[in-house]
Amino acid sequence: MANIIAIAHKELRAYFVSPIAYVLFVFFALLFGFFYISSLNFMLQISSMGPEMGGPQTVNINEYMIRPLFGNTAVILLFLLPMLTMRAYAEETRSGTMELLLTSPLSDLQIIMGKFLGAIALYGTMLALTLVHVGVLFWYGEPEWRPLLSGYLGLLLMGGSFISIGLAISSMTKNQIVAGVATFAVCLLFWIINWIGDASGTTAQAVLSYLSILEHFDDFAKGVIDTTHVTYYLSFIALGLFLTAKSLDTQRWNG
Amino acid sequence: MVEVQHVTKRYGSFTAVDDISFSVERGEILGFLGPNGAGKTTTMRILTGYLPATDGRARVAGFDVFEQPLEAKRRTGYLPETPPLYPEMTVHEYLRFVARINGMPAGDRDRQIASAMGRTSVADVADRFCGTLSKGYRQRVGLAQAILHNPDVLVLDEPTAGLDPKQQKQTRQLIEELAGDHTIILSTHILSEVEATCQKVAVIAGGKLLVDVESITALKARSGGGQQVYLQIDTLGADPIPALKQCGGVISVTLTEQRENIAGYRVESGRGDDVRRDLSRLVVTNGWGLLELKAQEVNLEDVFLQLTTEEAPVDAERASPTSEVDSASTERVAEDAVDG
Repeated sequence: MANIIAIAHKELRAYFVSPIAYVLFVFFALLFGFFYISSLNFMLQISSMGPEMGGPQTVNINEYMIRPLFGNTAVILLFLLPMLTMRAYAEETRSGTMELLLTSPLSDLQIIMGKFLGAIALYGTMLALTLVHVGVLFWYGEPEWRPLLSGYLGLLLMGGSFISIGLAISSMTKNQIVAGVATFAVCLLFWIINWIGDASGTTAQAVLSYLSILEHFDDFAKGVIDTTHVTYYLSFIALGLFLTAKSLDTQRWNG
Repeated sequence: MVEVQHVTKRYGSFTAVDDISFSVERGEILGFLGPNGAGKTTTMRILTGYLPATDGRARVAGFDVFEQPLEAKRRTGYLPETPPLYPEMTVHEYLRFVARINGMPAGDRDRQIASAMGRTSVADVADRFCGTLSKGYRQRVGLAQAILHNPDVLVLDEPTAGLDPKQQKQTRQLIEELAGDHTIILSTHILSEVEATCQKVAVIAGGKLLVDVESITALKARSGGGQQVYLQIDTLGADPIPALKQCGGVISVTLTEQRENIAGYRVESGRGDDVRRDLSRLVVTNGWGLLELKAQEVNLEDVFLQLTTEEAPVDAERASPTSEVDSASTERVAEDAVDG
């Protein structure tokens, strides 16, 4: 465990010493702020309409503002997280520091978990920035906190899946750009995979929409924690970590 | 302390290391000598557990590097060819990280780091970022990293590469100091370095061990044992080679350099034949100007060149696609060796 923490700590340091962490934070805050304002405006518009004009009876802040906001945040993550993970292994392989890690008394699992936790910690910090915006909502309105919590859990799990697959891809190349682009492409594919499902038969549709990362997120944003979805994300994360382990092993054998 | 038995490493059809066996006792320094691409780095990577061997066994301090990798790694310090530094860490932070991943107890860390920095004289750059260090400092920080956890076995891949002569000397001294309580395996293609620091030497080329590990004196004795004399004369336009060859005891005469009438020759004679007297007399009787005449000791360079060139035809017989590369690199190293 001490080793995992040592690696995670080192990873976090690397993010904060290089501009990566700050660039991610700034653009995440900027985009999140933009979507925050736009969903706020949307909610205000709806609430000004009233029932007689086709508007809802009561305007629920969770349903009309927070849920779309979470949906939009998921899109931001799709773009930003590949940049968070792309250097993780690629840079170590390129600069030769991988040789230090692999010849130190560390197991592969410790290296993999350390790097994963480091990236998750950075991502968690990034998500924590949005607590300011949410705090403002609590100041002026009365949102329910449970759906908020499940939404954040959903974001963490979904982001964790992106990170885990990103780390796996980063471990397969020594080129950061390749890692970043490939991660983005794979994540996007899992995002839109149910679009094919819409056009094809029912069984295929069910399978493909089950695979879709976004499909599983919806319920979290609504405030529902369904074990199906939790299982999906956890298996996704496990798959990414497993692929990373295999990739490290392959690299070893092939030099 | 280190035992390597029939280790082979193949990448597809390419054999990087071919059935190598050797052992090193506690406190010894083994010099791993060979041209670039000979398989030195691969062997070291197998020993440090970075690469698994295709075949064979390697044991460090009694632990099999494949069966019990963590135990073996705990007892090994490794300096790869490029020092594995994190540019964004300061030297002190870097060493602290290395101490942590080596499982050093928190109470010992500061003391051990200070001691390693002192021994490698990098204390003055402790707070500088590794990314901004000069080549010499990078190399020494890498060395500090390797000795930090006080390992039984030190594996150093070209520890003096890229250092200036003064730093090379310091590094060699450090290695000799360390030898007392560590077993050291170092690779190099600088022969004088092996002569200066190592008790034992292993010559490797084309993935094969050319001679078993033995002492340097034994290795020198192995090479024919003939004598060489360097002769520089002002020939006044004549060709002295036929006359020189006539001289008693001379086996061969090779022209090594010529500038107008001034020519240098390498004269080889049989074991125990000192031909210097006869040569000088010959030169003087012919009326040439004797400019320089000196006996040359057989050094490791000659032995090395002899060994690596002898093996080249064998490689060709194996018809491996790499043999040409090997002999080409042998020649390159021959030049390097002369420079070094």
